[in-house]
Amino acid sequence: MHVSIPTMLQEYLERNAVKHPEKVAVIFKDRRETWGGVHTLANRVAHLLRDLGVARGDRVVLYLDNNVEMCAAIWGILRSDAIFSPINAQTKVDKFVYMMNDCRARAVITDVALAPMYEQAFSQTPHLKHALVIGLEEEGRKVGGVELVPFEKATAAMKDTLPLSRNIPIDLASIIYTSGSTGDPKGTMLTHHAMVSATESITTYLENKADDIVVNLLPMSFDYGLYQWINCNQFGGTLLLEPSFSYPGPILKRIEAEKVTGLPVVPTIASILKQYEAKGLKLEGIQYVTNTAAALSGSHIATLQSICPNARIYSMYGLTECKRVSYLPPSEIDKRPDSVGRAMPNLEVYIANPATGERLPPNTPGELVVRSPQVMKGYWDKPEATAKRLKPSPDIPNEMHLWTGDTFKMDEDGYLYFVARTDDIIKSRGEKVSPKEVENTLYAIPGVVDAAVVGRADEILGQAVHAYLVLEDGVSMVSGQVQQTCAQKLEPFMVPKFVTFLTEMQKTTSNKISKTNLEDFAKIYYASGDKPWEPKRGK
Amino acid sequence: MLPTLMSTELREKVRGFILESYMAGLDPASLKDDASLERSHIVDSARVLELILHIEETYGFEVTNDDATPENFDSVDAIVKYIASKQS
Repeated sequence: MHVSIPTMLQEYLERNAVKHPEKVAVIFKDRRETWGGVHTLANRVAHLLRDLGVARGDRVVLYLDNNVEMCAAIWGILRSDAIFSPINAQTKVDKFVYMMNDCRARAVITDVALAPMYEQAFSQTPHLKHALVIGLEEEGRKVGGVELVPFEKATAAMKDTLPLSRNIPIDLASIIYTSGSTGDPKGTMLTHHAMVSATESITTYLENKADDIVVNLLPMSFDYGLYQWINCNQFGGTLLLEPSFSYPGPILKRIEAEKVTGLPVVPTIASILKQYEAKGLKLEGIQYVTNTAAALSGSHIATLQSICPNARIYSMYGLTECKRVSYLPPSEIDKRPDSVGRAMPNLEVYIANPATGERLPPNTPGELVVRSPQVMKGYWDKPEATAKRLKPSPDIPNEMHLWTGDTFKMDEDGYLYFVARTDDIIKSRGEKVSPKEVENTLYAIPGVVDAAVVGRADEILGQAVHAYLVLEDGVSMVSGQVQQTCAQKLEPFMVPKFVTFLTEMQKTTSNKISKTNLEDFAKIYYASGDKPWEPKRGK
Repeated sequence: MLPTLMSTELREKVRGFILESYMAGLDPASLKDDASLERSHIVDSARVLELILHIEETYGFEVTNDDATPENFDSVDAIVKYIASKQS
């Protein structure tokens, strides 16, 4: 029987609602929502958004911790012909306002628990007209120019039938923000076509089946977490959704109780699981484990093989700009543990010389370049930043390819080996940290003269964020204060784990801070006999 | 039930560890005993693990998977109650 592939991302949901409406789609805390339930809630959200004046192509932000409403609202936004943009719920006011204004969001779906953030933000977001707030009872209240709409009440009053939709595959489905070296987040534009291509390719190489039960421990504002849900829609499985991995104990119990078959991790999760390995943890029901965002060490692989003895392990690599690039077939993991695999289905990669654009021969390090329908359309409203990533192909006329910004080697069989990043982005807990973004926050602290942020190897985090500071004469500060200030402005994974105070920093001839030898400089300075600066404890 | 001398000592030790490790230089009075450590950004998922390991090492018992929950670790009050229950 010929089954056609959907062309619009939200069609997967419709198929599940027709095929098995009573099957559980999402398990979240003590709630079990069926495919039929997700489908009707998505329809209600779509009708509500239209009712509130959201037009085709408008951006609707999701500012939420993982929950069932977010799962439904993504499809509701798409069914109203709008574009969804998920923003991490740990984002603080200034950065949230930046992103809202960057994409000129017309509506936002959020939660009353985030009121401390949105109460401050909504007077600074002129394009925003409505906020659909989960858990809000009060009607008609306005903050800044934004009307707060109680999510549950308002959606319950809407029809639950499938709305008519006009979008076509080249319409944007989402804008997913990603950090960059320059300090401001950039919105990657992804069409329906790109996202459907990615979903089909991934579920094919993972060999997903309808009875797969996948656990998601990662924020759905991160494409790796988001696609756990999207992929479940493709194969009609069940998602065990968790808001975070802070307390692994109860989560591991739920994974066993719900007979989870798919476990997506990042290396930080593998490091945390190592502590449980020592206590004899065995998850025999897991059939596959995936890893991306940072490299899996030999020790991580051994931990995963020990805890999940029946699982296929997939080491993968990707970037938000094209969702994913490569996967290592599980049969290769013992032979090529350092490889992130070969190109996924419907995607091609090559290694190229960044200076000349030419393709390089096997085993020569160079920049990884990608060609695929999964590639982003560009960064929203940032043509210059886009032109740095999407560049003319060296040998296919009139075609643009995605330059990843990562240095790789490819062997004769097409297996990829990560060498280094070509930019200075730090990867901590699998999340991107832009040193410039952290430095901008540090410079805003009164008394800071120079700030330099670098990554430092860390067993659990992958890389830890390390801030070096020079203070004004007479100013004293301790690391805790710096960290707390950062925690108020930045997401937790960006807060420096280490803070070192120096009395001066090496500068280049153009007076820019030289980061290459910060640690050595600090050591030399202290070894020279001068007393190191002692942080004074607060009162 | 009146707090015993032991539980006051225990509370001070727990507060001391959190203040020293995660809140150095900040006003100790800003650490409220009943406040959620996660929601006030004093701990995050990596620090929760550190905290659990510290408690295992300092108080000499194993924290089982079942016990590693927010109910037992997400506030000073919760931690003190949990440690006291394992010591009795």
